[in-house]
Amino acid sequence: MNAFKTWFHKLGSPPFFYEFAGYLRPWLWVGTVVFAIAGLIGGLLLAPPDYQQGDAYRIIFIHVPSAWMSLFIYGVMAISGLVALVWRIKLAEIIAMESAPIGAAFTFITLVTGSLWGKPMWGTYWTWDARLTSELVLLFIYLGIIGLYHAFENERQGARAAAFLIIVGVVNLPIVHYSVVWWNTLHQGTTVRIFAPSSISLSMLWPILAMMIATKLYYGVSLLGRARIAVLERERGKDWVRQIVTEGTKNA
Amino acid sequence: MTSPSLFSGFLAILQRDLLLAWRRRGDAAMPVLYAMIVAILFPFALGPDHQLLARVSGGIVLVTVLLAMLLALDNLFRSDLEDGVLAQMVLAPQSLSFLMAARILAYWLVTACPLLIAGPILGYMLGLPAQAQPVLFLALVLSSALLALLGSMLAALTAGTRRSGMLLSLMLLPLIVPVVIFAAGAVSAVEQGLPWIAPLAWLSATLALTLVLAPVACATALRITLDA
Amino acid sequence: MSHFSTDARTLVEAHALAFSRRDEPILRPLDFHLEAGELSFVEGDNGSGKTTLLNILAGLLRPSSGEVRISGYPPGTDGARAETRLLGHQLGLKGDLSARENLRVSVGLYGCRKGMTADLCLTEVGLRGFEDEPVRSLSAGQKKRVALAALNLGNARLWLLDEPFANLDRTGIDLVNIMLDRHLQRGGAALVTTHGAVSFRQEEPRKLRLNL
Repeated sequence: MNAFKTWFHKLGSPPFFYEFAGYLRPWLWVGTVVFAIAGLIGGLLLAPPDYQQGDAYRIIFIHVPSAWMSLFIYGVMAISGLVALVWRIKLAEIIAMESAPIGAAFTFITLVTGSLWGKPMWGTYWTWDARLTSELVLLFIYLGIIGLYHAFENERQGARAAAFLIIVGVVNLPIVHYSVVWWNTLHQGTTVRIFAPSSISLSMLWPILAMMIATKLYYGVSLLGRARIAVLERERGKDWVRQIVTEGTKNA
Repeated sequence: MTSPSLFSGFLAILQRDLLLAWRRRGDAAMPVLYAMIVAILFPFALGPDHQLLARVSGGIVLVTVLLAMLLALDNLFRSDLEDGVLAQMVLAPQSLSFLMAARILAYWLVTACPLLIAGPILGYMLGLPAQAQPVLFLALVLSSALLALLGSMLAALTAGTRRSGMLLSLMLLPLIVPVVIFAAGAVSAVEQGLPWIAPLAWLSATLALTLVLAPVACATALRITLDA
Repeated sequence: MSHFSTDARTLVEAHALAFSRRDEPILRPLDFHLEAGELSFVEGDNGSGKTTLLNILAGLLRPSSGEVRISGYPPGTDGARAETRLLGHQLGLKGDLSARENLRVSVGLYGCRKGMTADLCLTEVGLRGFEDEPVRSLSAGQKKRVALAALNLGNARLWLLDEPFANLDRTGIDLVNIMLDRHLQRGGAALVTTHGAVSFRQEEPRKLRLNL
């Protein structure tokens, strides 16, 4: 346990994180590709057509994992942002800030795929019901966080301000999640549950789960890549960065 | 030697802000003018259909009042930051949250109160049904207070940045959407003869919570802004 | 912390206090202390961290490393704020208000020394007759005097003065010296930055040289 604690503390040091992240990324890529292929084959080829919607429902295999990621990433940002505000750890700032564009992208994908699905299912590309509206609001929260971070010249201060905004916006997360429970909405209710049996057939469930794992691993790939670049930028005066850059230009 | 009491700081800031607003009363009139201009454009934009206008009048008044308050929000802390007064407030041996509460109250009094008078008048001009007027007024009181509290917290974050007007509106939008939904919901309920107290009750409950939390959040945000 | 003095006369105590921004050192590790009745004169070239040091002591900035205590409290906490008064580059005055009105706010925020009034303080700094003018119509030197009056009106023991002699003529400089004298005699202490050579009335004050 102690060894794990020490290793975790070391992870907060930029050069150690840089190396560790670089080592981990290829493995995450492999995992992403494997699970994505499995999920897409399972979803697009193997799963039977829905008795009501036919083949139009298959966009669910992109839509649902993206929606889950849009919330999950915000959760990671909230925790990381809290750590950054309270303990001022550089890496926590970097993780929170570099996750924001990824989360915004997933939110955007959720909205677009949902909209494309809405046309055949409900007859309209958009409606102002609770879930769609709260997800759109989530996109604006992401954009606000990104905008606020980049409005500051001092990036550490900017990260702290943006972290504060992240925590204020956390209130939107339960609203998005429970919107289908609290209000009468056009959007369907929760079908995939963690602590109870899901109300969806197994042949459709496992590709969704595979895609969920794939998107999580992809988040790891993307975040670690962005974080490594951010670490190099922030620590650019340090010797270890200089070494990496000169070695890189030598090999190029 | 007299130490400053909890209220002396609150009153000093409140009095100061009201005095400053009075000295620049031309600036203080801007939000009302803005609301009037925007609200008056709608009949031209939507055409002379009286029934349509009457139906949307509540929503139009609500949105224009909130937008008008947004105008004054950007400068809430900017000038105090630039002339060093903000630092003096942070360093005073007072609870900063309490001082911020005074600041927010002054902002609401100066910006929202004229709008609370203008709102019902604009509503009448747009054909708002008479029975909806009291509910609209209540909704305006609650939503303007919430906007003042939430907006000041965000204005504290952007006080030191350039081009912060757009950013502030972007940051505020997610928080203000539920407020508008509930406020407009109450107005449309009364227009249809349905019970209208529930959305206003929700707003009041949120207001009670925000009254306590927003000054503290505002103080925290200010400390972040001053700590480069 | 056990290595901090518990002497009530010690107003400032700093160990290895340092500050860097984006990993560029602005303040090298600094050890010093200040007792009641003492004046410390912070010397350094432009950009050597003088203002940063005062901001850290006031509690506006968090140091990158090291520790400091104001009267035994960390800077920025209630106990420290009760003892400290900062006069920064920006004077903390609203241009639209008169000198008297500005001082009224100051009293509301910081309290008032017994027996002092705003008018008394303004007369002492030579601004009698200007009490009701909006501050923005005063000259730079007069604005400085209003800020000094606000300082005098309060009862903080520790004065952190950032370039108090700037914008002042000979009478003004004398005035600051007299104020410092009286403040020290009342048991206060002061940390003063300046990048010019200015003479003090007291015997050689302690000098804190920030070398960078």
